[in-house]
Amino acid sequence: MSEQVDSHDQKDKSQQTQKRMIGEHFDKLARAKEDGKKVVYTFVPGNVTELLGALDLLPVLPEINALQSGMRKRSAGYIAEAEKAGHSEDVCTYVKCDVGMQKSGNIGPTGTKLPDPDLLLLSYTGCFTFMKWFEILKQEYNCPVVMLHVPYQTEGNITPEMRDYVTSQLERNVIPALEKVAGKKLDRDALAHRMQLSAKAEEDLVAVWESAKHRPSPIDGYFGGVYYVGPIFSSFRGSEDAVTYYRELREEVEQRVREGRGPMTPDGEQKQEKYRLVVEGPPNWTSFHDFWRMFSKEGATVVSSTYTRVGGLYDTGFRHDYRRPIDSLADYCLGCYTNLGLPTRLDLLERYIKDYQADGFLVNSVKSCNSFSVGQLLMLRKLEERTGVPGGFIESDLVDPRYFGKANIENRIQSFLQVLEARRGKGPGDPLPKRSEGKRALTLIDDQKAGGLP
Amino acid sequence: MTDPAFALVERAHSIVDDRKLSTVAHWKDNHLGGLAIGHMPIYVPRPLIEAIGCLPVALFGGGDAIDIIRGDSYFQSYICHIPRSTVELALSGDFDALDGVLFPSICDVIRNLGGMWRMLFPKAYTAYVDLPQNFDRDIGGKFYVLEMRRIARELQERGAQPLDPDALRECIALENERRAVIAELDALRRAEPWRVKASEAYLIVRAGGAMETKSHTLLLREFITAVQQRTVRPIDNVRVVLVGSFCEQPPFALIRALEKSGCDIVDDDFQLGMRMIDGPIEIAEGEDPLDALARAYLDKGQETASRYIGDLIKGASLVRRVKECNADGVIFAAASFCDPALLDQPMIEAALTKASVPHTSFKFAENLGQFSVIREQAGAFSDAVKLWGAAS
Ligand code: SF4
Ligand code: SF4
Repeated sequence: MSEQVDSHDQKDKSQQTQKRMIGEHFDKLARAKEDGKKVVYTFVPGNVTELLGALDLLPVLPEINALQSGMRKRSAGYIAEAEKAGHSEDVCTYVKCDVGMQKSGNIGPTGTKLPDPDLLLLSYTGCFTFMKWFEILKQEYNCPVVMLHVPYQTEGNITPEMRDYVTSQLERNVIPALEKVAGKKLDRDALAHRMQLSAKAEEDLVAVWESAKHRPSPIDGYFGGVYYVGPIFSSFRGSEDAVTYYRELREEVEQRVREGRGPMTPDGEQKQEKYRLVVEGPPNWTSFHDFWRMFSKEGATVVSSTYTRVGGLYDTGFRHDYRRPIDSLADYCLGCYTNLGLPTRLDLLERYIKDYQADGFLVNSVKSCNSFSVGQLLMLRKLEERTGVPGGFIESDLVDPRYFGKANIENRIQSFLQVLEARRGKGPGDPLPKRSEGKRALTLIDDQKAGGLP
Repeated sequence: MTDPAFALVERAHSIVDDRKLSTVAHWKDNHLGGLAIGHMPIYVPRPLIEAIGCLPVALFGGGDAIDIIRGDSYFQSYICHIPRSTVELALSGDFDALDGVLFPSICDVIRNLGGMWRMLFPKAYTAYVDLPQNFDRDIGGKFYVLEMRRIARELQERGAQPLDPDALRECIALENERRAVIAELDALRRAEPWRVKASEAYLIVRAGGAMETKSHTLLLREFITAVQQRTVRPIDNVRVVLVGSFCEQPPFALIRALEKSGCDIVDDDFQLGMRMIDGPIEIAEGEDPLDALARAYLDKGQETASRYIGDLIKGASLVRRVKECNADGVIFAAASFCDPALLDQPMIEAALTKASVPHTSFKFAENLGQFSVIREQAGAFSDAVKLWGAAS
């Protein structure tokens, strides 16, 4: 998420800021041991970066390392390394990529070695694999782990019992464990200050998301969006740097709106907005730019996406609140996208389709991630029923290039866009072709091309 | 002489194969107003469900007995099989006897399946049971008690009886009795595997998933008595512990095939929910039985892939079990695409290798029809262990 698209307008201040922030962070990590800084590995969903920052601890996000290894074409080798060591071909490739990277010297995205963790903070939010991942890392690094179990929002609401469970763990397990590693007490004022900074950045991020309601949208809320969430999903939430970055980003985006400009793409500015899409599911990282081009060259802009909400859902109103810092950290953890029950996810997608006036929605179902993927075919049907807007379905993977069938994916996307083209001028009330219940999961595209069951 | 246990095994087999849940429908006919509540693997607090007058019904997918027509269209190819067959059975009306289903927190598939259930069957009672991963009584314990109260309350709103501490005490006592008889059966299996085959014990234990506890205890007792009357002679098979099959179950014929290949399965995690609590659930003087139920889960819950192990070493408890039951080796058998089991596998194998415990592994799907390769692999494993005390 932190590597910038080469062809982005290099003059954008926000990009330079993000690049500097990331560079400095990895420099700090490279020097951590000699500087006596302690390092905490943790996950993106449910991260409690403000707490780490207030205790002067340096976060490392293995998911981000994995996706960057994917973008830098290193993941295939790392995955092979992990599989050679006995990790199953069936499981999440982020884990295998991380294990392989560790076995290959743990060289981070900037080419320097990442320090070993002093603590693994298992923010157990929205994904069961997280637990296994850190159990594996614990054995590799032989370091302590602290668990933060975040209950699942089955009904789409946070009950007092859930909040109490999380805050009790924060106060009685997580904060003491972090204080022990940091060698000092948590300064609650410093924490509150960081939460104020978080809220400011969140406010600006939401403005960036909502800019996509304009026509043309000045941003791509998925491919571009993953760059925008880089700082807030990783090590920078609650920092002055993040406030600066999101203020600059918002100003730039608002300027684009005033100028009526479309989003930046790997090939420069997208000149035409032919299709407005909502996307569910994470992107593929190994062919990220190719994947993006399949949309941008067809004039398809992703106006909103759910993947960009895995590290925090801010556009439904949540902000970190310095007046109730621990409660609000709990609410943050509970509210990450993959911690929401499927009916709530469906409601959110429906809302995005309507609010952002999408012409269609697409599910990118990734093999690695059961947390995202299980239920997506039903969501596809239900969303079509509810919105009357056509849905498409493609399958790929996060960082395993063996599961990115370029030609097949491109065909599917083109067929899907043709469906949208054919429906131009017809309202959402116009009936969609019926999906068949077949021997295997079929997409609308399959149904139309094959004329039914294969 | 006819096998004294034959009829009991047959009865258990027919209950296990009763995918239309006719025994459950029969129970409902005899318990007017009683609710039948299905639950996915591995574990839910069954005594709580029984204490409010409901019948807990363990759901273990469709095995190899059903054709998946509609179930597949809801799941991508890289997802395990049990959710497909579960949806298939439900859409086919085979679960009509159920008034609701509980989805315990063991993996993302079961969790999301719970969400799908809400969308597919909006009228049925659907609940996610968030089992705590924090094992402190005042934190995880408190949360779990509230979870159980919520479920009891929601079921009461649907016609179950109010939660009465005395009724719960009684159901916990019944559960303890069942647990003790299962332990007796397990001990017998270990001592004389030629007297009780793992496949038989499997059926007898699994049948209890759709029975009232006291009836199941009776069946277990009858079975133990019957097998003790068998005339048997020791067979020198390889003794194995089989792990990894705690959720989606291997086809029954596969368990039989492993036995035929020369492996005595002296311990397994097939029906882990029935053994989840290690020993009796103890209620302290004056203690709320719900607290005791939660405490038992926190303090005596069996180690498995879906349970956080904290500072323990992965695989250490398995190595201990191997020693306790004097096993020669371990078979790691996980359902294809089963994240929790397969993510555990390298850690478990490393622990076994370190402890010089021979092991082999394979994957299966509940509807696997051909397992000659697995049978050969198990045969080769058992030969190697017999010859050299280690897998080749
Ligand atoms: S399963 Fe999904 S959410 Fe979990 S670690 Fe893998 S990619 Fe991330
Ligand atoms: S077989 Fe494994 S992945 Fe599938 S539902 Fe069961 S525990 Fe989850």
